[in-house]
Amino acid sequence: MASKGLRKVVAMSDTSFDVSVGQGAPGKKRWSLLRIGGRFWSWVWFILGAIYFLVPLFATLRHSLRMERDVLGFKAYERAFEDPSFLETFLLSNALAVATIICSAILIVPTAYWIRLRLPQARRIAEFITLLPFVIPAIILVFGLIRTYSTHFTIPFTDIELFQPLTTTKFGTYALITAGYMVLAMPYMYRSVDTGMRVVDIRTLTEAAQSLGAGWFTIITQVILPNVRSALLSGALLTFAIVVGEVTLASFLGVDAFGPYLFLIGQHKAYEPAALSFVTFLLTWIAMGMIQFVTGGQGQATGAH
Amino acid sequence: MAQTSIALPKIKEPSNLKNWLGVSPFFLFAIMFILFPSLYLVEGSFFNQEGQFTLQNYVELLQTPSIVNAYKLSIQISAATAIGGGIFGFLLAYSITVGGLPRQLRSALITFSGVASNFAGVPLAFAFIATLGRRGFVTLLLKDNLNIDLYQAGFDLYTFWGLTAIYMFFQFPLMVLVMVPALDGLKREWREAAENLGATYFQYWTRVAMPILLPSILGSMILLFGNAFGAYATAYALTGGRLGIITIQIGAQIRGDVLHNPGLGYAMAMGMVIIMAISLVGYSWLQKVSERWLR
Repeated sequence: MASKGLRKVVAMSDTSFDVSVGQGAPGKKRWSLLRIGGRFWSWVWFILGAIYFLVPLFATLRHSLRMERDVLGFKAYERAFEDPSFLETFLLSNALAVATIICSAILIVPTAYWIRLRLPQARRIAEFITLLPFVIPAIILVFGLIRTYSTHFTIPFTDIELFQPLTTTKFGTYALITAGYMVLAMPYMYRSVDTGMRVVDIRTLTEAAQSLGAGWFTIITQVILPNVRSALLSGALLTFAIVVGEVTLASFLGVDAFGPYLFLIGQHKAYEPAALSFVTFLLTWIAMGMIQFVTGGQGQATGAH
Repeated sequence: MAQTSIALPKIKEPSNLKNWLGVSPFFLFAIMFILFPSLYLVEGSFFNQEGQFTLQNYVELLQTPSIVNAYKLSIQISAATAIGGGIFGFLLAYSITVGGLPRQLRSALITFSGVASNFAGVPLAFAFIATLGRRGFVTLLLKDNLNIDLYQAGFDLYTFWGLTAIYMFFQFPLMVLVMVPALDGLKREWREAAENLGATYFQYWTRVAMPILLPSILGSMILLFGNAFGAYATAYALTGGRLGIITIQIGAQIRGDVLHNPGLGYAMAMGMVIIMAISLVGYSWLQKVSERWLR
């Protein structure tokens, strides 16, 4: 429907163009000719792009189906899923992703709300902070986190000790990696939630809720949260896509997550890694497809590598 | 972006301090997990093994050939994939916006770009081993059917060109994602005005559209550069740490002080942060310039 309407608009503008310029306008013929030529090249680029996308995926799928001699089959998938470590690491990664998403939401939704409502002067600095993870790639972040939290924690340049090393306990390590993932996900979560708040009138909503006697907690959980649901969900799905396959933080912090596991079996096995790579690809696709679905095509963004 | 909220009339504020208290958890988090870790690296880079303040680490950084070469290789790969991915991504974004392809292809390509730009790390490396590795699908296809032996011709997945080919898989989709809104921002009136004034299509692109798009294109390429420069997992999964790009060198240093000087490792990390910071500043500046016309 939409595309038909658009074509109509284009057609209309073309006729109005004819009227305004009249016959024999020097540029006209060349323009339409070039546009047809342009469409030809558009197809060329598109097909080249499609090949670049699809061939590696096809090759991976094909490889993963060839575990048994001369037949195509799902043997590699069976073998990969049978391994108890697969389930363990995969569940751990999912749990970390969920923890990251929940903690990020708790941290970011009230902050973005408060900055929009009461503290516009903090906006620039908050935006600056959310850009920092682009300057500090995962490998640098984990380097800094290890240096900061694997020893007794002191305030930089001083000897004031705050707490014990985090990396000595399992819970401490999980907390640390979740915090690291929150940093990696922050640009996407913050931007996504902030954009979501721009389109709803949070000021009026807040005043309405306040005049009905709602407290801050009620306002945020019952009024604001439902209104930024789809923005939050798209940020959450992107976070999920980033965290589930993440390798850098997990391997350096010694967390047995799915990313390091995939790397490990890649060193020892031939067909299972291809199978799991293809599964990972499908998962990413599902997450991105859901983002498109919940935001109506508005929420594309991309994660860290 | 910022103007909308500033322009709104201010509600009577209870007290400024109380307002800042409301965002304190966020800032506290940023201090704990971004600022402190960075400061620790900065601190470490300025001290020698005896704990004295020194600039020696940075001097040594520039004098150690293996480190300088690692920076060089990283910069080359990032620049190659930023320019290559940028041009190809732009052409793709062009083809689905003003290029006249059917609308269904547009949403298909955008979804796929979202997937591909997030499909990195270990699975991406495996996918390319299955494609362009020695026994990869495309390698064998070319060898058996066209008698082209890629590896005889000097191609190797585990070197510069291989990594460049792999990075392209997430680079040009990212370019598509950032360029589509910019191309959508080209106003029909500009094209019509050019057309009515008798400009050729070529003149319209070189004199009107390109000058408007150029800051956005360059800014996006810088974004791509940073994206590739900070990448670690893909290269590590591919080569297991043999290809000497800077992130892999830093990784080796974290695992076990291969340089035998922790301070030098921190200086190496700071060098990366500085390059990333410069590219981010360039990106933000170009973004601001492009916002004059494209909103």
